[in-house]
Amino acid sequence: MSDIQIKTTPLIEGRVWAFGDNIDTDVIVPGKYLLHDLPEIAKHVMDGIRPGFAAEVTAGDVIVGGSNFGTGSSREMAPRGLQAAGISAIIATSFARIFFRNCINVGLAPVECAESGLIEEGQTVSIDLAAGKVTIRETGRELDAVALPPEIGAILGAGGMENYLAAKFAGDRS
Amino acid sequence: MSMGMTLAQKIIARAAGRESVEPDEVLWVDVDLAMMHDSSGPRRIWPALEKLGVDVWDRDKIVLVCDHYVPANNLAAAEILQTTRNFATAFGIERFHEAQGIAHTLMVEKGYAQPGMMYVASDSHTCTAGVMGCLALGVGSTDILGVVTTGQTWLRVPHTIRVQVDGELRPGVTAKDLILTIIGDKGMDGGLYQVLEFVGTAIEAMSIQERSVLTNMCAEIGAKTGVVPADHVTIEHLAALGIDASEGPTSDPDAFFAQTWRYDANVIEPVVARPNRHDDVVPISSLGRPAVTRAYIGSCTGAKYEDLAMAAEVLRGRTVADGVLLQVAPASREALQQAMSDGTAQALMDAGAHLLSTGCGACPGIGAGILAAGEVAISTTNRNFRGRMGSPESSLYLGSPYSVAAAAVAGHIVDATELMGSPT
Repeated sequence: MSDIQIKTTPLIEGRVWAFGDNIDTDVIVPGKYLLHDLPEIAKHVMDGIRPGFAAEVTAGDVIVGGSNFGTGSSREMAPRGLQAAGISAIIATSFARIFFRNCINVGLAPVECAESGLIEEGQTVSIDLAAGKVTIRETGRELDAVALPPEIGAILGAGGMENYLAAKFAGDRS
Repeated sequence: MSMGMTLAQKIIARAAGRESVEPDEVLWVDVDLAMMHDSSGPRRIWPALEKLGVDVWDRDKIVLVCDHYVPANNLAAAEILQTTRNFATAFGIERFHEAQGIAHTLMVEKGYAQPGMMYVASDSHTCTAGVMGCLALGVGSTDILGVVTTGQTWLRVPHTIRVQVDGELRPGVTAKDLILTIIGDKGMDGGLYQVLEFVGTAIEAMSIQERSVLTNMCAEIGAKTGVVPADHVTIEHLAALGIDASEGPTSDPDAFFAQTWRYDANVIEPVVARPNRHDDVVPISSLGRPAVTRAYIGSCTGAKYEDLAMAAEVLRGRTVADGVLLQVAPASREALQQAMSDGTAQALMDAGAHLLSTGCGACPGIGAGILAAGEVAISTTNRNFRGRMGSPESSLYLGSPYSVAAAAVAGHIVDATELMGSPT
């Protein structure tokens, strides 16, 4: 299934919202919102830790976290909600593994960057996924990030698992 | 130089059709067993499945469970359950269970998870089934869409941490106290991306239900999953269900373990995790007896038959304190039936417990029994993230069934062995 080529991933650039370690899915999307549809969920992302957050996000913004970002439940509405709120990428020292997978599957870039703590709220970062680089615009500082293995990059490059599967099944039929 | 493989590596190698695999390789593997539930399953993946225009890969390898929204108490929840039922019918899923119990409990109780399997399910506590000696990997909804349409998933080959627990747990000290102690020591990201393999004389002496508390809470240490190598206890559990299984793979003597964590079971004390962080773990003896208004016995972690029996040991001949609401949501129908047949349920009810439906209940903040602002609760569940079980302004301690029952009786958190030492 790894015969699908990675599309050229454009540079992601956005303003930073900074959070700490162990940001869990219960604060990203509290369980009570899981009954609701995505537009409603998007209005409440991060309510558990920063009420009113969604209203302040501009499309393209980037979240920066510490270690174990997205720990807790497997709810895919956590990355989907952040994406629908306008977040274009999440940079963190490390990710909870299911959250990382969910990001890939919904087409939201998860960027593992050991030095994410050097990025401050309000700064603008540009992310080169293919090269594994994060650049802080204000300071010009370049940080190393983990480049995605091609097997995983293929899914993100397709825009997520649904598109990836659609291409696979279309290939099987032809 | 060739080195031996861990149990996890062996299962992955077999599922990838390879002789051997190395940590950090990214591979596609064949899945032996998949599970999804009402919250993460059909409601999320059916539209995409229709768009893809494909059938499920193997209906006999898929388990479907309604546990998160059971019983429905609003129209949206009722529709989620109806979608799940319709999916089971449309795709011919025979292993479909509604209101029979929590999925993770059923995977073990019904013998679906077996030694050596590659098991993938769309829930973070999928790791529970690692108690059967399988590789049990939790994923999200779209990942499970991939699994149920192709029978495959990708994974990164993990390192394994060996958790060596020797000695004997003292009376009144449980697997819950042990795993909370480990999580307190290592932190909620202490096992990130790795597999925890539980071995040692203390593990061998445990029942399947107690062992499953250890694997269940591997999610709370950030691990990829937890596993207990199958032994005679595992095989006897399956044999009692009429399933003839072999013990399955074990780690080679020369396998590489990234770390070994050693624990002496004899010195483990009753502990609780303090509100908002399940790795903020302290011995009850050093806690200073905080008052509680709610005691909750529920979830795949802490409401199996043996958990109910532990609570009953404390509650027999005692009553719940004024100002405390003790709620019990059995993890499965089977757990409740067993508790009804031997007087356990009677002891809970006589003490004043409020019996709730079997299912995930209040644990994910979805079902009955959630907490209001200002409430202070102690619970046998696995997580206490802010707002997890209701209001962000509620406080939630996590402890063993003994500790929850003792707090219900005393009105404050107390060492159950101390309480049981005093006259009823």
